[in-house]
This record gives sequence, C-alpha cells and structure tokens, in this order.
Amino acid sequence: MALVTISKADVEHVALLARLELTEEEKERYTQQLNNILGYMEKMNALDTAGVEPTAHVLPMQNVFREDAARPGLPRELALHNAPQAQDGMYKVPRIV
Amino acid sequence: MEYEAVIGLEVHTELKTNSKVFCGCTTAFGGEPNTHVCPICLGLPGVLPVLNKRVVEFAIKIGLALNCKIAAFSKFDRKNYYYPDLPKNYQISQYDLPIAAGGYLPIEVNGETKSIGITRVHMEEDAGKLLHSGESISRSPYSLVDYNRTGVPLLEIVSEPDLRTPEEARAYLEKLKAILQYTDVSDCKMEEGSLRCDANVSIRPVGSDKFGTKTEIKNMNSFRALQRALEYEIQRQREVLESGGRIVQETRSWDEAKGITVSMRSKEQAHDYRYFPEPDLVPLVIEREWVEEIRRSLPELPDARKERLIRDYGLPPYDAGVITSSRDLADFFDRTVALHPDAKTVSNWVMGELLRLLNAGNLDITRSLIKPAGLAELLRLMDQGTISGKMAKVIFEEMFSTGKDPGTIVREQGLVQISDEGELAAVVDRVLAGNPGVVEDFRAGKERALGFLVGQVMKETKGKANPGLVNKLLKERLGSN
Repeated sequence: MALVTISKADVEHVALLARLELTEEEKERYTQQLNNILGYMEKMNALDTAGVEPTAHVLPMQNVFREDAARPGLPRELALHNAPQAQDGMYKVPRIV
Repeated sequence: MEYEAVIGLEVHTELKTNSKVFCGCTTAFGGEPNTHVCPICLGLPGVLPVLNKRVVEFAIKIGLALNCKIAAFSKFDRKNYYYPDLPKNYQISQYDLPIAAGGYLPIEVNGETKSIGITRVHMEEDAGKLLHSGESISRSPYSLVDYNRTGVPLLEIVSEPDLRTPEEARAYLEKLKAILQYTDVSDCKMEEGSLRCDANVSIRPVGSDKFGTKTEIKNMNSFRALQRALEYEIQRQREVLESGGRIVQETRSWDEAKGITVSMRSKEQAHDYRYFPEPDLVPLVIEREWVEEIRRSLPELPDARKERLIRDYGLPPYDAGVITSSRDLADFFDRTVALHPDAKTVSNWVMGELLRLLNAGNLDITRSLIKPAGLAELLRLMDQGTISGKMAKVIFEEMFSTGKDPGTIVREQGLVQISDEGELAAVVDRVLAGNPGVVEDFRAGKERALGFLVGQVMKETKGKANPGLVNKLLKERLGSN
C-alpha cells in the first residue's frame, strides 16, 4: 500500500471541519505530528491480516438493547444550566450561516 | 427535444415508539421546549446511548413490508457535521450496513402497475428544531434551539430513481404512507413533520439511458407540495437545457407560497461527513427467528386488502383502492360490513357521503363522530323503509356533526317515513281531487305530470312519504299500470 501523507492543506481542511482556528506554527506542527502517527500505522500495515475478519467494534459484544419505556428526563432549568445563552426555554446560538 | 424526468425519493418517518432511540425520553409531540431531554440526547460528556429494541423491530417490519432483504449483520455509524440542531455535532445513523435493502414497492398510476425499487431502509436519530430570530436563517443574528425532537427514532427509506413523473412520485409516497400506517410504525403526519420527503430530480432526452445532473429538492410538506415542486423543477430544468444552459448539482428548497424552488447554496457546500462506525454502540446480529416472528406479525397490507375487497365483496377496483388507501378507513368499512353485509351500499356511503364530509372538514376518519355501528343502523332503517334515501342523507349529516345515533335523530326530528298505505292513500286522493287539470294532462300522455303529483304528495307530507309507495298508489289510481 502506498504511504499516505498529510499535507498542510489536509490539516487546514480538518481544522475547518472541526471548527478549530490554528496558527501557522500550529499547522506546521500538526502536519508533522499527524504524519508521524500515520507513519506508525504503516508499521501495522506490514502485518498479514488476510485471515482476520474486519470488526466494527473493539468489544466482542452484540445486540445490547433497552426496552421501549419512557422515563422523565432533566428538568428544563438543569438542561439549560450550562448554556452560555438561553431565551424562552431554548438554547440561544449565534448566527448559523 | 422530448425530455423525461428521473426521480428518486428519500423519505424520513418518525417511529411511533414511547421513548427515543438511544435514551428514555418521551417522543411525544408538542411539549414545552427542552422538556423532553436528558444528558444522552443532549450529548453531554460521558454518556452512552443504548438502542431501543422496538426501533429495530419496526425497521425490520418496514423492511419486510417493502420486500427488502433484512441484514444478518448491521451497525450504526456517525455522520459528522456542525449544525446547532445536532448537539453532539454528529448524527447516529447507518452508513454501509443498513438494516434492510434491495426491496420494491408496487404503485398504480392511471390503472397501470409499476414496481419502484427500494434501495435501502436505515435507522437514525432525528435532530432538534431551530427557531430563527429573523425571517430566514441567513437574516437571523441568532437562533433558538429546542432539543425535544433530538433522538426521536427515524427510518430513512430511499427509493431507486425509478419514478418518471410527479404523479408517480405522489403515488409512491401515498403508498408508502399507507404501509407505514398499516404496520402501525408511524403516525405519518406530514403537517407535524413525522413524514418528510426529499426528492432527487434530473431530466434526460427520452430514450437515453444516461442520467442527467440532478438537483435535490427539500421542504415539501404535503403530497400536493411534492407534486407541484416536482412539476416546477422539471419545467425549470427543461428551460435551462433548452436555452443552452447546464444544470448545477445543488440542493433547492420548495417555496410553497411562491410556487418555485430556490437554490440553497451555502458557503460550506462541500459535505464531508466522515462516517465512521459508532464506537458507543455494539453491532446488531439479526437472528432469522426474530425476522420470521416479525414477518408473522405483519398485518394484511394495502394491496392484499384491496384484492380481498374486490374478491369477497365484488367491489370495483377503484372503490377498493380508495377504501384501502388508509388502514383506518378500511377498518371502518370492514366493521360496518360486519354489521350490515351489503358491501356495495356501505362502500357507496363511505366513498360518497363520509369522504365528502371528511374532506370538506379536512378531517381524518379517526376524528369522525360517525362510527360503524351508526352507519350500519342508518342503512338498516333505510332497508326497512323507516326512512327514505333522501332522509338518510340528512340524518347522516346530523350524525356527522353531532355524533347522535340515527334512531335518536329520527325520533327528535320526526323523520319517520310514512309507509302506511291507508294514510298515504288518503293524501294521494286529496291531491288528485285538487288537481283535475294535471290528471287530465297525464291521461293525455304527459308523463311528466306524474312527477308533479308525486311532488304535491311529498309537499303535503313534508317529505316523509315513502316515494315508492306514492308512485305505486298514484299509478294505481291513474290506471297506468
């Protein structure tokens, strides 16, 4: 498998998606660090996993359900307690677009 | 050039469970803002979602009703995007291993049956509701968020691009709604948002097997809106192509008031959902036994029920189609026929008077004050000759608006039909004696004179005379039979 590398543009894209504001210095540093992490992944690529089934989860568990019963949630004052801003019982958020 | 449209629908339906998909908050509609929330659906740190078993059961049920294959192995994934109606900044959905896929739904348009492919059915959580401070999102300095709806279970049902006209799209959505209601998994109230529909639309020259560039249409909140929006969009795309332009792949919103679709282009158009397996939920291994158990629990579905009404009662296919379009209406019909076995007459009253009054009042059959027992009793009174067909319609309207039973209305308004031959004969004789000229006319061959005489008898009896008997008595006396 070809070696995957992370460019500074990739870091900027991911930062945008994660709503992170990065300085130029941080962008350089994270590009380097992410490439190091990916380099480590390359070591794992060396393993032969041909006979191993892919898993969707780290635990060997399945079908964990709850029954369909409603129960009271949080009182509204508590739900809104940590909201930076609230109005009319609702969370108030800044301009969206 | 002749164009044809290629349409696929994405339908979201809220499931009728008691609690949300990953927590125990109620799914009730219309509570005070942020009163149906808890740390899980608010996405507070350190909480874990646990899957509501009934959501899986409902999803399998719909998968089976839509002739899909049910996955033996299925899982949930995170769909990542930033939008304040989603407190976690991701939606728990299903990506590459949906619960059901590869089905079909037969629809009927203009008497022809066509099979529409079902690509997939998957489970996900609904988002919250935004209330914008300005008249639109882009003109709002701030917005308010209500998370009551966040985490309400949704099924997303995706069709193949097999629909060719707005009528077919509408028929598909109506049929899908009927199935969701028959299986009792959703209320399907478009006005409350428990059934929502987006459409992918493109056009291409007739005969071409390539797809044109598509647009996605959102915000169609009724069957009529779906049909109108598609008609508009197809025409818009045709005009763009015919004037030498090209279609831009984009999302457009239906503006109901203006009757147009408008581009929703935003700054961040490039979607990058970065799906990955939801680490907080373990996978699903669906046992065949469970699937078969759910299959056995499926009710009679609309097509089977329609066939039964045609076969057992000899109803015309059109009547059977209208009656079975809603489970509640079909139940009403079946219960009435159980009490009054003249199915064709029951069908005429359900399709005629009942639907007319329901539609006029924009009411659902479940809100009707007339119950099957009431209609059956009304028809019995008519059969016995106690009331005439004309009276029955008056009584039906009274039943519809007051919920009174027909016997009570008959007594209160003195609507009993006069079927006593002696009593009517006296009136008939009086009318004949009082209208010698008309009697002459009739004897001279003017058939219409008879109608006038019947009218006079009705007038004398305030409309209560049994019309068949009046005719018989008049003809006997005029010696015409």
